[in-house]
Amino acid sequence: MTSCLMKQCLLILFLALSLPVLANDPANPPAAAAPTAQPLFADVAIEARLTHLSRELRCVVCQNEALSDSPAELAGDMRQEIRELMKAGKTDQEVLSFLTSRYGDFVLFRPPFKPVTYLLWIGPFVFLSFGVLVWFMALRARRTFKSAPVSNEQIAAAARLLEDKP
Amino acid sequence: MKRWLPLVFFFVLVGFFAKGLFLNPREVPSPFIGKAAPVFTLPVVGDAEKAFSTADMKGQIWMLNVWAPWCVSCRVEHQLLMALAESRTAPPIVGLNWKDKNREAEKLLVQTGNPYVAVPDDLSGRVGIDWGVTGTPETYLIDRAGTVRLKHVGPIDLDVWLNKFVPKIKELGA
Repeated sequence: MTSCLMKQCLLILFLALSLPVLANDPANPPAAAAPTAQPLFADVAIEARLTHLSRELRCVVCQNEALSDSPAELAGDMRQEIRELMKAGKTDQEVLSFLTSRYGDFVLFRPPFKPVTYLLWIGPFVFLSFGVLVWFMALRARRTFKSAPVSNEQIAAAARLLEDKP
Repeated sequence: MKRWLPLVFFFVLVGFFAKGLFLNPREVPSPFIGKAAPVFTLPVVGDAEKAFSTADMKGQIWMLNVWAPWCVSCRVEHQLLMALAESRTAPPIVGLNWKDKNREAEKLLVQTGNPYVAVPDDLSGRVGIDWGVTGTPETYLIDRAGTVRLKHVGPIDLDVWLNKFVPKIKELGA
């Protein structure tokens, strides 16, 4: 009984061990060979620049997604366009101006600092200084606060209360 | 007065947010308005021998309608485009066939009617990128000097046509 079980166990073990060997058997290649992984891109340096730059760019289809992450077809096309511009020796700045001349500043996640965006960039600091000013004035008002005059009668009443003699 | 100030401030903010809530995020202002339309030359759908060039439209007011056979909302505006093409008072419409990978444009135009004076074939979508196309349909109005005057994102309906395009075309003196 136990030997029978033992046999079964061994059989399973052998089968399990032989499986990967069978899969890689060069004499018996699988009917449809799995495609070997192709390098996704030829130029690693350009790809690194593309990845870096496209994180700063908005996908015009998905709008809140970065161009680097977007699965939209147009985003793929735009990445290809950038890739080719870079291969042609364009600098990052030239690539950005290529895109903004077509899609506007909208494609940039970081809006440029110019008259229409002054409020956007400086606004928070203006609001912050305003808040600090209000806070400061409130503090000063509190420091210079003068209590209302208290009569002797009131002091005596308070003392009585404290001594707990009604 | 002073105690009402925070409330006034609050309502100003609410006003801004309410305005923002009703803006269409798809209406991205085109950087081409008032600038020269990008030039291109492309083969024409149905006749690979022929080519369409933006130079062909020089001296007249025209519209570039970016569409695709796979685009559902393009079918919505198709009827209106047909009516415009038949009216002969509307500017000629050039239909940029954008990224038509399945090559269905020719067949579809035969089936449903062709409102376009020319159908340049932008298979790669390159010309689309040059024009700042973010999707289909999009329609541009170009004046006699070749300057882009108007861009509309999404299908054109009667309301858009009458209130957005017609005043602009009148302004250009069609």
